[in-house]
This record gives sequence, C-alpha cells and structure tokens, in this order.
Amino acid sequence: MSGPLSSVGAVAASELFSSYEPGVAYDEMFDASGMPRPHCHELMQELLATSAPELLQYQAEADRSFLTQGITFTVYGDDQGTERIFPYDLLPRIITASEWRGVERGLKQRLTAINLFLKDVYHEGRILSAGVVPRDLIRSCRHFRREMQGVAVHRDIYVAVAGTDLVRLQDGRFVVLEDNLRVPSGVSYMLANREVMKRVLPGLFDRYEVAPIAHYGQALLATLRALAPTRTDPSIVVLTPGVGNSAYFEHAFLAREMGVPLVEGRDLLVHDNIVYMRTTSGLRRVDVVYRRVDDDFLDPLAFRADSQLGVAGLLNAYRAGNVSVANAIGTGIADDKALYAYVPAIIRYYLGEEPIIDNVETFLCSDPAARQHVIENLDQLVVKAVGESGGYGMLIGPHSTAAEREQFRVKILADPRNFIAQPTLSLSQSPCFINDRIEPRHVDLRPYVLYGDDITIVPGGLTRVALRKGSLVVNSSQGGGSKDTWVLQD
Amino acid sequence: MLLSRVADNLYWISRYLERAEHAARVIDVRLDLGLDRHGPVGGWDFARIYSALRMTVPETPPSNPAALVDSTVFDLANPESVASYVTAARYNARQVREEISSEMWEELNSLFLRLKQAQVDGVWSARPHYVLKLVIEGVHLFQGITDATMEHGEGWQYLQVGRFLERASATAAFLDLYFRDGSMAADGGGHKDHREWVGLLRSCAALEAYCRCYTADLRRERIAEFMLLNAEFPRSVRFAAARIEASLRGITQLTGRGVGGRADRVAGRLHATLDYGQVDEILSDDPEHYVEGIIRYCSQIHSALYQSYMAYPIESALPA
Repeated sequence: MSGPLSSVGAVAASELFSSYEPGVAYDEMFDASGMPRPHCHELMQELLATSAPELLQYQAEADRSFLTQGITFTVYGDDQGTERIFPYDLLPRIITASEWRGVERGLKQRLTAINLFLKDVYHEGRILSAGVVPRDLIRSCRHFRREMQGVAVHRDIYVAVAGTDLVRLQDGRFVVLEDNLRVPSGVSYMLANREVMKRVLPGLFDRYEVAPIAHYGQALLATLRALAPTRTDPSIVVLTPGVGNSAYFEHAFLAREMGVPLVEGRDLLVHDNIVYMRTTSGLRRVDVVYRRVDDDFLDPLAFRADSQLGVAGLLNAYRAGNVSVANAIGTGIADDKALYAYVPAIIRYYLGEEPIIDNVETFLCSDPAARQHVIENLDQLVVKAVGESGGYGMLIGPHSTAAEREQFRVKILADPRNFIAQPTLSLSQSPCFINDRIEPRHVDLRPYVLYGDDITIVPGGLTRVALRKGSLVVNSSQGGGSKDTWVLQD
Repeated sequence: MLLSRVADNLYWISRYLERAEHAARVIDVRLDLGLDRHGPVGGWDFARIYSALRMTVPETPPSNPAALVDSTVFDLANPESVASYVTAARYNARQVREEISSEMWEELNSLFLRLKQAQVDGVWSARPHYVLKLVIEGVHLFQGITDATMEHGEGWQYLQVGRFLERASATAAFLDLYFRDGSMAADGGGHKDHREWVGLLRSCAALEAYCRCYTADLRRERIAEFMLLNAEFPRSVRFAAARIEASLRGITQLTGRGVGGRADRVAGRLHATLDYGQVDEILSDDPEHYVEGIIRYCSQIHSALYQSYMAYPIESALPA
C-alpha cells in the first residue's frame, strides 16, 4: 500500500501529515486507497487549514483546562500520590450514524442476556444444568458471591451500568473485547472531553451534527431511581472509596451531575437493616447506593473484614430488600475473562438470537487442547489473567521477551483456570496530534450502557488511545490517553 | 440536607484559607518592617514572626529572609507553612466537590497550582512579596466567588463559621502577643512602639481602616478598641463574633435543631461580651486574660459545633 495521502496532492504537501504511516490496521479516517472516508472530509478540510503551531496552542489550552478543573487521576505505586491529567488528544474520533445503530443494538442485546444470566446463576442455575456454561467455571470464579445465592434483586437488574470495551478489527467490524460489569469507570472523561472539545475547536465541531451526550447525568439518575426498592422519592448516594482512589474525580463529578451526595463508608451506617447517612440534621435513610467500591470492600462483616471503605451490615440490609446497590453484588462472574468466551452462547440460550456484536476468539487455558495451543504460540497471542483489569497481568506475545513468555508459561501451567489467550488484534487506528505532527495511534471504544426502566446508551463513549507508537495498550495506567468521540446524527 | 463529613470539610476549607491569608500577611509585613529596623546589616531576628504565627521556632532558625520564606511559605514538610494550609484547604475542597460550585473549586485549585509553580520557579524566596500577595488575593477571590456562586444555605454557613472562628481566635492571639511582650503595655510614643503598632494593624489589614476611623494618630487604647470592639471592621473580633453567632443561628434553623444549643449559647455570650465591652476597663483590668478568654470561647464553640452536627453519638440520633 502506498502512503494514505499520496493520492491527494494538497494533502501530501501538508507538513502535518508528513509522518502518517498507514499500517495494516483499519484506519478510522482514511480508506484503503488513502482517501479520507466521506464522513472525515470536513475534518480533513479543517486540518489542512490549520498549522502545527495553532494545534499546539489548542493542545496547551486543553491541557490547562483539564489541570485547573482538577480532572486528574491518581497514579498508584507512586508515593507522592501524584495527580496527573489523563492525556487528551485534540482530534475527534468520528462514528457514523449507521455504524452506531449496529453497536447500540448489539450492546442492548448483550446486556439483556447478561442480566438474565446473572439472575439464573444466582437462582435456579438452568444454564448450568443445561451444560451451556460449565458449573466449574462459576464455582472457581473469584468474583462469585455465595452470599447472593437466592437473593431477590429488585427488578432483576444486576448490571445497571456497564462499560463495554469494543475494538474495531481490520475489516472494520466492531467486536467486544471485555464486558466491564462491576464498577466501570471513565464516563467523566467522555463528558469532560466533549466540554473541552467544544471550547477549543468550536469551528470544527460546528461543521458536524454530533449527537449530544451531556444528559448522561440525568440518564444515570433515572436509572438509579428505577432501582429504588419502594419509596416514592428515593434518596440516592454515590459511594466512593475516598479521595485517594484513582477515579475519585469521576465519583465527585457524577454526584455533582446528578445532584446527590457523595458518601464514603464512614458516612453510612446500618441499623435494623436500614441504611442511614449521618447528616448535620441527624440520620437520613438511604435507598439506592451507586457504589464505586468493589464487592470485596463493600461490607467488612460479609467480605473483607479489614476493609474500612465499606459499611458494616450493608449486605444484610440489601438482602432484606431495604436498599438497592448498583451494580448488584456478584456481577463480577459475568465479566470474568474466561466466562467472556461463553457470552455468545449465553445470548443464544436466553434470547434465541445470534449475537449482533461478535466476541474476539478466545482460548481458555483450563481446556487442555486450547492450553497446548496457547503454550506453543505464546509469541503470537495476548494472554490475560482472568480476574485482572486495567491492563495489569497481561502478556502481549509479539511485543514480549523470551523471559516474559517463559514466566507466563510457568504461570499458566500452575493455574490454567486463571488465564485466557486471544489472538493479537490489530486495533483500529485513528489520527492523533503527537508532538507537532498527525500520526496514527491505536484506539478502542468504551460506550456506557445504562439499564433501568429500559436500556439507554448515550451516543458514543470513551475512545481510549494507546499514545505510544505501535502500542496496543490503551489503559490510563499504562500510558494511554483519550479523545472525544462523535456519533453523527442522520 | 448535608452530610456531617461535608460540613466538617467545608468548615476546614475556610479555616485553612483564613490561616493561609493571615500567615501570608504577617510574613509580608514583618519582612517589610524588618528592612526599616535599626540594627546590624543582615542581622535578622525572626523569633517574633514565629510567635505571631503561633509556630514553634525551628532548631536551626533561618538566617535570612529567603530561608524564612522557604520554610514558612513553601515548605510542605512544615504543616504550618502557607503552602501546607493551601494544600490542606484544597484537600478538603476535593472531598466536597459535589457541594461547592465548580468556580470555587477551580479558583482554589488554581491558587494551589500557582503557588506550586512559584516554588518551582525558585526565584520568589528572595522577593516574596508577590507570592504572598498572590495567596492573599487568591483567598479573597475564593471568598468572593463563594458568595457569588454558592447558595447561601447550610453549607455556606459552615464556611462562614470556619472563617470567622479562625479570624477571631487568630486576632485575639495576635493581640495577646503584643500585650504579653509589653509593646502594648502603655503609650510609649517612641519610634519602636510606633513601628510595632503599624505592624500590628497592617498584619490585620487594619491600618487604612484605623486611620479613617481615628486618623494616623496611633494610640494603644484606640488600637485595642478597633481590633477588639469595632462593629464594622471585618477583621475585628466583635465583627467576627457577630458573624459566628448569625451563622450558627442559621445552621440551627436549617437543621431543625432546637434553638439554644451549646454552640449557640457560647457564641451569643462571646458576642455579647464584645458588644458591651469597654476598652478602658479591658486595658486597666487584665487585657491578657481578656483576649485569652476570647480564645477559650472560640475553642468551646468549635467543640460544641462538632458535638451538635458532626460527631454526635449515633444512639442519640437513631429512630426510637
């Protein structure tokens, strides 16, 4: 393939694109012949009329805005508790209306099936008896919560908020890489990116008809209200582990967007199976807890006794039906990376439909044949620990050293249930402003799916960018950044 | 409805900012006056700054103004430095971002960032006036933004109580220092006393207001009257006491708690003492005892506030 721009004289002359290498991945902006895709013409025009110094200035404005707003995350493993801004890329990632419709239908289908699955697993277990999902897989899952067995969950909504990770393959198809069904984060960056985009590049934004996303806070509030057990005017809180948590900014942001209190475990208490918060005018009852605290830390009486982040007695209040917790306790079994491989079968089982969005091919190391294949092809595959997230505990075969592969071989053989492997995907690439040039970088997409009275998805999501050249890891903890995501309206 | 922890955070945001502002002004004024002293070139004595700021003098005291500024303004290892106060205020604000306006947060955050940048620049220790001014202005801006953008409800009242309680006790402690070391003992009229008195008034941002009230004729009993008993000057103890009492009453109403709780009573008594105080009596009687009484009242109000709204026993609040 020749350079993507060689066919457009004016473009080739542009300094900005002089180091744009096409690569083998799907390019979000240019087609295989190097021409801008139709929906990117306007963006191209705008970029050709802009100089590198101007873009640098816009970048500085955007960075400053994030810093003064305090839109930062805390880096773990750094004693200083350093707050960093999440790197923001100026250029939008654009998704057409028709592409989005497919994504939206697929996500709704998936979340519907996953909720049916969770209800089934914690009650009759029909899908296990039918042999569609192996019983062993559930029992051996670190995130399975025995305490939830037989517990009635209000309206059977286990996962009220999901942040599904999608990637686009070489043929342009979106596939699901991970279902994040516990406490998915990043939605505040989606909203903040849009705010900054509209301030920094209003002219470019105005050239497009972009679906708005600012109503996310209201949509989340409506979802949480729908979960309230009984009372007509439910009191809702956001539960955060506290200011030291890496996503603290987001917790405060969402509480502010919804106009509800942001509480820590020490603000709550349980008496006679009713949850209260301690206010200046005495104790006030709480009906719905949007918790951003992991299961393990939620209730020291039920789970980890050493946790100071949770509320003693919360599980009992929950089981008594006096409070709703979103997401429900124990949803982690459905986003176990080994269970992931069964989601297509789960969709077929409960809905009798073919999955609209495919999975990535996945090898479960617990299966002897698959394990053999994984061990023999470690240099080709991506290996992931099933219970990890945030890009930790991963081996990316093609970018690994022999020593790292050997380490993983030993780990896999010692605990096969704990590992899965997937082919190394070439994630789609999107133009990014790097130093003073526009270069392609790999991206994914995390839309946020809300399940209350019905399933709502604000159009778009968080596009994460692997800012290091050639890197496939988009996690903020691993040198990732993000960019604004535009879903176009018809 | 306000979480007890949030009330606590709001209260400390303004206490810390008030401390930062007071410390910045005291340092600025003392360094400026120090240049006018009679004494050997370069022979600085910083003991008075430390006592004015209620700080412990370090084992190896700074030998020049730049070293003093490094330790009392920039040093985050010193919990009583201006930067530590601003950092603590920001830390508290970060925990109540859903309660305060974005404008308030952004101003406080940018004050924090500007101060950090000033330290990184490294050129300001030797010429600290601009940095100290930046802090004072940042605090004023924050207060203006607070009044303009936050609803004047319960949360706002805690910000007021924190600010004026800190101000009342800091001003009282500052006067106490002058009473105790004798520079307010009697009308001396000498150069040294005059310079000290100017320093006192400037440290409380009171010199201009004093002059408008009494002309530039500085007298001991007038200064004491102005700083303790003036009803209109926002940095006098009486003014602060009136605001503390009003805010506590507001909180009582907004929380539906019964009137006449301990905090209300102590604040009312403090306010009345100052409302009906007579400066000649105070000075002829035992002025040190008087200002120490004010400080005691302030700490009683602080504990009563905690007992009523923040750290009340759960048993007392459970439904019967």
